[in-house]
Amino acid sequence: MPKLKDVLLPAPLRKAAKPGSAGVPKGEAPSDLKTAPPKRQTELEQLAGKAKEAPVDTVAWLDQRLGASGFLTGMLFRKVPKGTNWFYTLGSATLFAFIVQATTGVFLAMFYTPSATQAYASISHINNNVPLGQFVHGMHKWGSSVMVILIFLHMGRTFFFGAYKYPRELNWVIGVVILILTMTMAFTGYLLPFDQRSYWASIVGININGTGPIVGPYLSDFLRAGPELGATTLSRFYAIHMLLVPGAIIALVGAHLYLVVKLGTTAPPWVKAERPKVAAPAVDLEAGAENGRVNGYERVDGQGHGNGSGAAPA
Amino acid sequence: MPLSGTTVAAENGDKSNGAEGAPRQRPEPDPPGYFEGESMSRRKALTIGSQAIGGLAGAAIILPAVGFAVAPIFHRGKERWEKIGPVSDFVEDNYRQVVFTETEGIGEAGKQTAYVRRSSAELKEEPGKFVAVSNRCAHLGCPVRFVEAAGNFICPCHGGVYDFQGRRIGGPPVRPLDRFQTRVRDGQVEVGPRYSVTNQLDPVRARDPGEFTGGIWEYLYPPRPDTFPAP
Repeated sequence: MPKLKDVLLPAPLRKAAKPGSAGVPKGEAPSDLKTAPPKRQTELEQLAGKAKEAPVDTVAWLDQRLGASGFLTGMLFRKVPKGTNWFYTLGSATLFAFIVQATTGVFLAMFYTPSATQAYASISHINNNVPLGQFVHGMHKWGSSVMVILIFLHMGRTFFFGAYKYPRELNWVIGVVILILTMTMAFTGYLLPFDQRSYWASIVGININGTGPIVGPYLSDFLRAGPELGATTLSRFYAIHMLLVPGAIIALVGAHLYLVVKLGTTAPPWVKAERPKVAAPAVDLEAGAENGRVNGYERVDGQGHGNGSGAAPA
Repeated sequence: MPLSGTTVAAENGDKSNGAEGAPRQRPEPDPPGYFEGESMSRRKALTIGSQAIGGLAGAAIILPAVGFAVAPIFHRGKERWEKIGPVSDFVEDNYRQVVFTETEGIGEAGKQTAYVRRSSAELKEEPGKFVAVSNRCAHLGCPVRFVEAAGNFICPCHGGVYDFQGRRIGGPPVRPLDRFQTRVRDGQVEVGPRYSVTNQLDPVRARDPGEFTGGIWEYLYPPRPDTFPAP
């Protein structure tokens, strides 16, 4: 009867059992070469053996040239703190929503015409005539709301778990820029169907921009490419929506993920740091007491908080 | 004594040597990379040179692109006058809704709506003129409608209300409704460029919705070069 973990784990991850230990029979003694000569492989068997090795060989060939396995192992098998839970998936969920938007957007662009006279007709064509057009358009339309909701939830998770604190402030800043770019995507994408709703919503949005003193009026003119919303506004919004901002978002998401992997994630605030199992040397105790911490661990007796440097969290 | 004498002589000798001038200094060896008194190493000169060329190349790409995107702010289109009907179509005490093309070639999006009437003697307006009130709400640009029964312009979006002359009497708008210039050619009324008005109905250069007019606001919301001067 094999153990459950031996059944579930794939062979490469299993610990090799010692011969003679539970479940593994002791191997027979090696046979005499004279009495039992080794069977020669036929050509077909050799070929099958090579074919079996082919995927491994290909990956090895690539890895010898990319050197990516170390990086990938570090990224995919990195340690995460105790208490990591479902809230930590909100960032990946936002990224997934972005990937959905990017993919469906590429296919919508194949049918969409960014012209003031043809935009509405091309969207109608996508919705009514193109196979699965309504579905892809719907995914893009509703997916934008999903991404905005998820990015705010992710931001809230980061805020309430205190995950924006040192040394992760820069990642918070990058995340805020991604948030602003996401809102820019939502705003510029809204005009593209060029129906009554998008037309008037964009007019209202641009005029809200214009209420900023001194620069506001010029910002509105920049967005509209002129004093009135028209054909150039639509092509301008289209260029911002599918060329300028997505490139910036992809670059910033790369930086965001790099910092996540490099700095690691934080434990939720309700998980307390463990006390060291071994007594710390007296010297370290003295030094650590300065900021209410011992060897980087918070002191549990509450001392060291009232000496003026009380920066340690309670 | 002879001993001290020699000492004095030696000291004198030293002094005479020193008096000839400053002690001769050996030239300092050039730091690595500097040859024969060069003031800058070749490495540094080449670095600065290639960075300058790279900067110029970058500017040659980016400046025209940015200028291309920003240029429409400074471009004023051609003045357009659109015929909207004979003089006899319009009365003093009621508005007539007209739709006219402001930008050609883009279909419905290039059209504007105005409410037009004759200037009213009762309201002490200049006689013989035509008043064309834009339907663009001065709050955020939604389309207002003239409600004849109330004699008011009412905005469907956020409840802005304007009186018969377009002055704000309620809701969030910040100034009266915009107007279009009007003129009469061959018995036909024509509407031209848009302009905004202050609360006293004095014409000023066209402003976007949401922007105050008059007084200090003329500086906080400066006129834009792509709009036409007020009449």
